[in-house]
Amino acid sequence: MSARPLLRGGLRLESHKTRPLQQSVQPMPAPSTAVLALDQGSGEEAQAVVTAGTRVRVGTRVAVGCGAATDLHSPVSGEVRAVEPRPTASGPGTCIVVASDGRDERDPDLEPLDWSALDGAALLERLAGGGLAGFGGAAFPTAGKLALARAAGVELLLLNGAECEPWICCDDALLRERASDVVLGTQVMLAACGAARATIALEDDKPEARAALEAALADAGDSRLEIVVLPAVFPLGAEGLLIAAVSGREVPSGALPPEVGVVCQNVGTAAAVARFVSEGVPALSRIVTVTGSGVRRPANLEARIGTPVAELVAACGGYGDTPPAARLIAGGSLTGRALASDTVPVTKGLNCVLVATAADLPARAAQMPCIRCGDCAAVCPVGLLPQQLHRAAHADDPAGLARFGLADCIECGCCDYVCPSAIPLTAGFRAARDRQQLHEAERRRAAEAKTRYERHRRRLDEQVDAERRAFEEARRRARGDGAGGN
Amino acid sequence: MEFPTSASPHVVAGYTVPRVMFQVLLALAPVLAVQVYLYGPGPLWLVAVACVTALACEALALALRRRASQAALRDGSVLVTAALLALAVPPLLPWWLLAFGTAFAVLIGKHAYGGLGQNPFNPAMVGYAVLLVSFPLEMTRWPLPGPEWDALTGATALDALRTGLRQGYTMQEVRAGAEFGRLGAAGSEWVNLAALAGGAYLLGRRIIRWQIPVAMLAGLAVPAALAHGLDPGGHAGATFHLASGATMLGAFFIATDPVSAATSDRGRLLYGAGIGLVTWIIRSWGGYPDGVAFAVLLMNLAVPLLDRVTVPRIHGHP
Repeated sequence: MSARPLLRGGLRLESHKTRPLQQSVQPMPAPSTAVLALDQGSGEEAQAVVTAGTRVRVGTRVAVGCGAATDLHSPVSGEVRAVEPRPTASGPGTCIVVASDGRDERDPDLEPLDWSALDGAALLERLAGGGLAGFGGAAFPTAGKLALARAAGVELLLLNGAECEPWICCDDALLRERASDVVLGTQVMLAACGAARATIALEDDKPEARAALEAALADAGDSRLEIVVLPAVFPLGAEGLLIAAVSGREVPSGALPPEVGVVCQNVGTAAAVARFVSEGVPALSRIVTVTGSGVRRPANLEARIGTPVAELVAACGGYGDTPPAARLIAGGSLTGRALASDTVPVTKGLNCVLVATAADLPARAAQMPCIRCGDCAAVCPVGLLPQQLHRAAHADDPAGLARFGLADCIECGCCDYVCPSAIPLTAGFRAARDRQQLHEAERRRAAEAKTRYERHRRRLDEQVDAERRAFEEARRRARGDGAGGN
Repeated sequence: MEFPTSASPHVVAGYTVPRVMFQVLLALAPVLAVQVYLYGPGPLWLVAVACVTALACEALALALRRRASQAALRDGSVLVTAALLALAVPPLLPWWLLAFGTAFAVLIGKHAYGGLGQNPFNPAMVGYAVLLVSFPLEMTRWPLPGPEWDALTGATALDALRTGLRQGYTMQEVRAGAEFGRLGAAGSEWVNLAALAGGAYLLGRRIIRWQIPVAMLAGLAVPAALAHGLDPGGHAGATFHLASGATMLGAFFIATDPVSAATSDRGRLLYGAGIGLVTWIIRSWGGYPDGVAFAVLLMNLAVPLLDRVTVPRIHGHP
C-alpha cells in the first residue's frame, strides 16, 4: 500500500489539476441537439438502427455495437434528425443527430438490474446492452473485455484510477464524489469476469480521492477489493505499464492482459456500470475535465454523450481573451488529439478538453539533428531506444524498426518531451506504423493477386490438359474403332 | 471556433542542444582557469584561436554543403569541440598548429561525415590524434608549472614514468622528478581535479549521465591498481593514473560526447570501461605518453558493435 517506484523511465510532470477540482462536478443541461458519433473512440463504428424521423426517449437504443463498437443510446428525448457524416474528435465520421424536445422523457424499458441474482454469462449479456465502454479514453466495449477475461479465467480485476496526464482530473473528481459507485461497479465487474480479487490503483497525488475510496471500501466491507497507491509518474496509467506496476507481470508483446491473468478497467467505467445496474441507465453521460488557461472557469462537467464541445466550454465561462486560446486538445497535453474545431461532440472516450493558451503549450524549438544523447531512452517507459528507432524510421528500414520495437511503442510522447533536438519522434513512429500497415496491405493484395493468378493458370492448364486428353481419347477411339473395323 | 492542429505530444520540456552545449562550456571554465593559473595566459589564447578557427570552418563547411548556417553556428557544438581540443593540447603549442588541428577536427572529423550528430569519431580527438602523429615533439612538451612557466618545458609525468622505467630507474627515482606532484603529474593533477569538478557539475545538472565516466575511471583504475599491487616497481598505481594526463577531461568531457558514444546504458558501461582499459594499456606499453585520445577513437570504432549487442530488453519481451 505504499508508493513504489515501479516504472522504468517516465516523467514527473508539473500537475495542473487544482483549478477544476476546486468545485464539485457540475451537471450540464441536456444539449438541444445531441450528436452521437457511431465511433465513440475505439476506431470502429456501431450500426445505426434509427433513421431520420425516429422518435426516441432518453436511453432508447439508437445503434447496435459490433466488434470494438458499443451500443449507443439516445441521451435526450426527441426526434432523430439525420444519420450523416460530421466532424468528430477522431476525424469525420457518421453521427446520429438527435434533436431534443426538451422533455427528457425516459425510455420506459429501462429498469434496474438485479445483478447478484445472475450468473457471470447472463450478467455479461445484460452489461453488453448498457453501451458501457472504456471511459479512460480507448472506449473499448466493457462487456467484451470482461467476456474475454472470463474466457481466459483471469485472477485480478485492475481498476485504473492512475490519471497521469498533467491536466486531466475527471477520475480524481469522480473518486472524490462517487467512490461508492466505483466500488459497486467493481463488485459487478468482478461477478461478470470471474476474477477472485480487484485492485483499485491510484496515484499518491490524490489524497482526497484515496480517502473517499477508503471510506467507501470500509462501508462495502468487501475483502476482495484493495487500493494500491502508486507514484504520480507519467505514463503509469497506460494499461500495460499499470499492470506491470501492480501485479509485477508483463503482458507479452502483442498479447492482451488476460494472458497474464489480469483485466483492466477504468474507474469511470466502473461508476457507469454501477449506474447501469442500480438505475438501469445505460452510458449516457460522463465526466469531462474542461481546463487550460484559455477557458475562464476550468471545471469537471458531467456532460451527456453527444454534447458539442463548444457547449462545454460555454458552461465554463467561455474562452478567455487574454491570453486567447491557441489550441483545443481532446485528452491530455501529451497523448491527446488536437481538435480543429469545437463543434465535435463528447464521446465515451473523451476525458478532457484542454483549452490551451500559447503559454500552456509552448512551441517547440526548431528541429536539430539527433545527437544521440540518449535522454529519450532514459525516459522511455517500455525500454525502447527511440534514437535508434528514429534512425530506422528515417531510413525506412523494416528490420531495424522490428528490432528496435516499433510495435511496442505506446506513443506516450516521453521521448519527444525530453528531446533536446526537438525531434517529433512519436509522430515519426506513428507515420512509420502507418507506412508499415500500408506495406502490409500492399503485400497482402499482391499475395492475393498472385494466388488468384496461379489459380487461374492452374484452371487454364487443367482445361488444356482436359482438352488434350479428350482429343487423344477421341483419336485413340477413332483409331481403335478404325482398327476394329479392319 | 476553429483551431490549428498538431501531432501529439503537444508539450515539450524545452531543453535544447544549444543549452546542453553551453552548459558543457561552462563546466570547462574551471579547467581553463587552472591551466591559466598554472601555465599563464597561453591556454586562454589557444582556446580563442581554436574557437575562431572552429566557427570559421563550420561556416565554410556549411556553405560548401549548402546548409543554413545560422542555427548551426549558434548551437555551440563546434565551440565544445574547439574548447576540448585547446584544453587537451600543451599550453605552449604554436597557435597555427592548433588552428590546423581544429580545422581538421571540424572539416574532416565532423563535416566530412555529415555534420552534427553524424560523426562516428569524436571530432576533437580526431584533431588531437592528427596533431599528435604529425607533430609528436610539439605535442608532448609540457611546461612545468610555476612562476617561470615559460622557462622550462619537458616531458609529462606519464612520459617520464614510462621512459624512466624502461631505462631501468626505480619507481622512487623516477617519481622524485620535477614532473611529478603529490597525486599524479605536477600541474596536471590540478587540471584533473578541475575537470572532475566540472564533470560533477554536468552530472548534477543531468547534462551527462554517470555510466561512461564511472566506467572509464573504473576501467583505468582497476587494472592500474591490480598491476601496481602485483608489481609496485613496474607500474604506477590507480591514483597516479586518475590524476595524470587527460584522465578526467576524457572521462567527463570527451568520452561522454553522445554522438560518437554507445547509446544504451549497458553499451555505455562497456564503452567507458573499454576507453579506460585501452588508455591504461597505451600508457603502460604504448608508444605515446597519454592514451586517452587513441582509446576514445578506438572505442568509437567499436560503437556500432556495442550498439548491436546491447539493445535493452523491451517491455513484454523475454
